[in-house]
Amino acid sequence: MQFWLIQTLNSLALGGLLFLLSSGFSLIFGLQRIPNLAHGALFMLGAYIGTSLLAREVDFWLAAPLAGVLVGLLGVALERLVLRRLAGNEQGQVLVTLGVAFIIADLCLLVWTGDPIPVPAPEGLRRPVFLFGFAFPTYRLVVLGIAVAAAIGLFLLMERTRLGAMIRAGVDDPEMARGVGIRVSGLFTTVFCLGVALAGTAGVLGGPILSAYPGLDADMLPLALVVVILGGVGSLLGAFVGSFVVSSIYNFGTALFPDLAYVILFLPMVLALVFKPEGLFGRVRA
Amino acid sequence: MRREAAGAAVRGGLALLGLALLPWVLGGDFYVNLASQVLIYALLALSLNLLIGAAGLTSLGHAAYLGIAAYAAAWLTGNAGFGALPAALAALAIGTASAAVFGVLALRASGLGFLMITLALGQIVWGVAYRWVSLTGGDNGIRLADRPAVLGFDLGTPVAFYYFAAAVFALAFLFLRRLALSPLGACLRGTKEQPRRMAMLGHHVWMLRWIAFVLAGFWGSVAGLLYLYYHKFVSPQALSLQQSAEALLMVLLGGSSTLAGPVVGAAVITLVKNLVSSYVDRWLTLLGVIFVAVVVFMPQGIVPGLAGLLRRLRALRPERAGAAPPRAAAGHEAAP
Repeated sequence: MQFWLIQTLNSLALGGLLFLLSSGFSLIFGLQRIPNLAHGALFMLGAYIGTSLLAREVDFWLAAPLAGVLVGLLGVALERLVLRRLAGNEQGQVLVTLGVAFIIADLCLLVWTGDPIPVPAPEGLRRPVFLFGFAFPTYRLVVLGIAVAAAIGLFLLMERTRLGAMIRAGVDDPEMARGVGIRVSGLFTTVFCLGVALAGTAGVLGGPILSAYPGLDADMLPLALVVVILGGVGSLLGAFVGSFVVSSIYNFGTALFPDLAYVILFLPMVLALVFKPEGLFGRVRA
Repeated sequence: MRREAAGAAVRGGLALLGLALLPWVLGGDFYVNLASQVLIYALLALSLNLLIGAAGLTSLGHAAYLGIAAYAAAWLTGNAGFGALPAALAALAIGTASAAVFGVLALRASGLGFLMITLALGQIVWGVAYRWVSLTGGDNGIRLADRPAVLGFDLGTPVAFYYFAAAVFALAFLFLRRLALSPLGACLRGTKEQPRRMAMLGHHVWMLRWIAFVLAGFWGSVAGLLYLYYHKFVSPQALSLQQSAEALLMVLLGGSSTLAGPVVGAAVITLVKNLVSSYVDRWLTLLGVIFVAVVVFMPQGIVPGLAGLLRRLRALRPERAGAAPPRAAAGHEAAP
């Protein structure tokens, strides 16, 4: 019983992280029509920046948003200086994000060396809470709570604000959106910055669960890809549901069949592609 | 037309002669081994270009077939007691079959969706190789005891292996060239430029793409066998995203619109990688920088770029100007 509860909670916490990672990925893909292949690397960069901030005695709850802001600024530079030059050449943009992913991963290796850096959970959340006679790791509950709060915040942003309406218009029909006077170019930068900052913050929040290590990018990127293929491009709800489905499958797969975790990950993707290629909640085909 | 065919035959003969004489020119084992590596990656890049150049589908998971075939051959020889030839054939079959399955999935999308699905599939295969330790040995990979003897020739020495790789490469090149000139190749290029029109004309666009995908997987698997025989070792590195990206970069750097392009790209990338790796440890950064530079500054690639430059130079010469109209953009008939 304890095993199932703990694994469920682990899945939910990983799902929360995955949502923070893949919601930004999905929004960028939905609006700019490009899968940002640097997303995993930026997640890892966020995690590493977090470790450095924590080593300088910065409070954890300050380090996470700060790393997000730094990664977000890098995203703005990337979008404005490189991707913008390739406007209209979507394949070129994707390949550039891949090149940037390699550069970031290698520079992380240079700066933070190849040894994994463990990240302690913030003070006060290290001890498990006891509920109904079971011990729950507190920090994971908190991560789940943050992810749900972020999901609600993003939902309100997209559905209830002017900016969200403009983004939705841009996702559905960029040319029309331009036609009615929305500055789609500015939206691109905003969404890219927001999505990338979410990834950076998620990297720090994921630190106590995953720690920071070289190869973290290559572990997270495929998970985000599978989430978006499953949930549908540009759909927040799809990213939300997809994140928890993928994290549960991955987590239980790893716990029950350690060798086959990746094969099992294959399944939701195959099922989605065969039966619903536009994803569970997507409106456009990837 | 006949003159062109004769010209192609002459160029092909010269290229073969060059391949055959290369070990004498290069001398030392180090350089011969380097040439073998170039041939292996050139084969991988050529197979990938079947998707990119011909069918217009950019795959970011092509190392999967190289890796699957290499792992299959190594496992079958080492753990299942297969002979070298049955293991090689089975490995090619497994690699091609996985391409057949992955093709069905990836071709649910085209464009960037295709790219994303091939990337995800490639990463899953990588994850399997990395994590399924009891089958693949995990990070330690699988060793191959010895290179097999082919038709009684021992491949143990660098020169012998080079000739084997060169023969396989020449065979593949001829096949792919023949394919590019065939009606199937023409149909494929049609699906790249005008998929709707091709469908209107009654061509089965999806099937054409799938055939290209499977053929690319097959030749990628052949490259995988060469890779295994060369290194006598295969590890998850062989099917990492980095490997897929390097193959893609070879195609893009050389130029995807010609057959010679991927070969040139493979040579440049392999040489630069070996050169850089012997001085600094930052190949991955350089790979990223080249990627960005190629996309931003040289979207056509080296070979089409140089061909265009040559054409312009020729057009400048007064006695030739007007005598022959400049040929249209370099097509698939270009030979090295």
